[in-house]
Amino acid sequence: MATIEAELKGLMVAGLDGDAAAHRALLDKLSRRLRAFYKTRLERIGRGATEAEDLVQEALLAIHIQRHTYDPTEPLTPWIYAIARYKLIDHLRTTSSQLTDAPIERAAELFAQDDHVGAESAYDLRRLLDQLPSKMRQAIQCVKIDGLSVIEAASQCGISESAVKVNVHRGLKRLAATIAREKQRHEDG
Amino acid sequence: MKTDELISMLSTNVERVERHQVMRTLGAAILIGGVAAFVAMLLVLGVRTDLPKTSAVTHLPLKLVFTTGTIVLTSIALIKLARPGGEYRTPVALVALPFVVIMLLAGLSLASAPSSHWDEMIIGDNWLVCLLSIPLIAIVPFAMIVWAVRRAAPTDLVRAGALAGLVAGGVSASAYALHCTDDSLPFVALWYGGTIALCTIAGAALGPRLLRW
Repeated sequence: MATIEAELKGLMVAGLDGDAAAHRALLDKLSRRLRAFYKTRLERIGRGATEAEDLVQEALLAIHIQRHTYDPTEPLTPWIYAIARYKLIDHLRTTSSQLTDAPIERAAELFAQDDHVGAESAYDLRRLLDQLPSKMRQAIQCVKIDGLSVIEAASQCGISESAVKVNVHRGLKRLAATIAREKQRHEDG
Repeated sequence: MKTDELISMLSTNVERVERHQVMRTLGAAILIGGVAAFVAMLLVLGVRTDLPKTSAVTHLPLKLVFTTGTIVLTSIALIKLARPGGEYRTPVALVALPFVVIMLLAGLSLASAPSSHWDEMIIGDNWLVCLLSIPLIAIVPFAMIVWAVRRAAPTDLVRAGALAGLVAGGVSASAYALHCTDDSLPFVALWYGGTIALCTIAGAALGPRLLRW
């Protein structure tokens, strides 16, 4: 356990310094653990694998968006676990399930792995992006999907570099909020 | 969407993250909330007019030590508790320290005074103004602090809300102290302590609704 913590924390800290490869490795490793975490818990209440994958993606998105809240002087796994658990409770609440049905332990149980790499969620990225304001959609398309640098994206969109960065960040937050809203609507309707 | 696609997207052009963002956002919110509280006190109530007098000069700092002590201790706890998982590693008992101290002092002060003075010492002149002003002045600081705390992604919304209410109450009471002419320690313990506790309870009740992210 100690080595996993050290490995993940090393990747996280490098990612916070802007190391894209480390960030990718971190999210990849976390996705396997999150998949096992959510699958086990949802299976106990008779929910399917797609639903678990929805949660894996929501948690990954939250981890990415909230990474500024990680304090590198603290261990990483409790921080990850708190987000994973928070998303699970939130999910069970919106999908009107009894919280008591899914036992959620406090102890960090993030060490099981599920390597089903091609797993898919029910979310359609294209459709989610289409719901964003055009500036944010454009910024995410250029920087996060087409892989243009921020400088290139700025000149292509005719806005400043900091505006591109702000639009990417806000756009990802908006994306997460859209997912949460759709879930709520889906349940209500 | 495949999870791999999402990971690719999130790890393309990864920005460097500025450190201490949580602390700076929360600090700015408390500062702006403090200015708003001070301005509200200045416009609606006004600074106490007897300031050069000795009794005011000795008692005001004592009140401010209590209120700012609450702000400082609670902010330190909140910076940790407001983050994911913060509730598991943040000892919050320390935030009660100013309250314990002020109640002990109030008790000592009552014990050393004749009981015929107790009513006056506890009820004071303007308890109703105090009771209404501190929660009302706390509204803007509370809104600012909630905004900052939500950006830190708390996972225990009740506790984070309570501490946000406690800081806002402390900020508000600090501003109110500059107006208030009731200087007895039992008054401060009961009415300041009580209204700040009220803000804390309100924060705990509103936390789950306001702090969801």
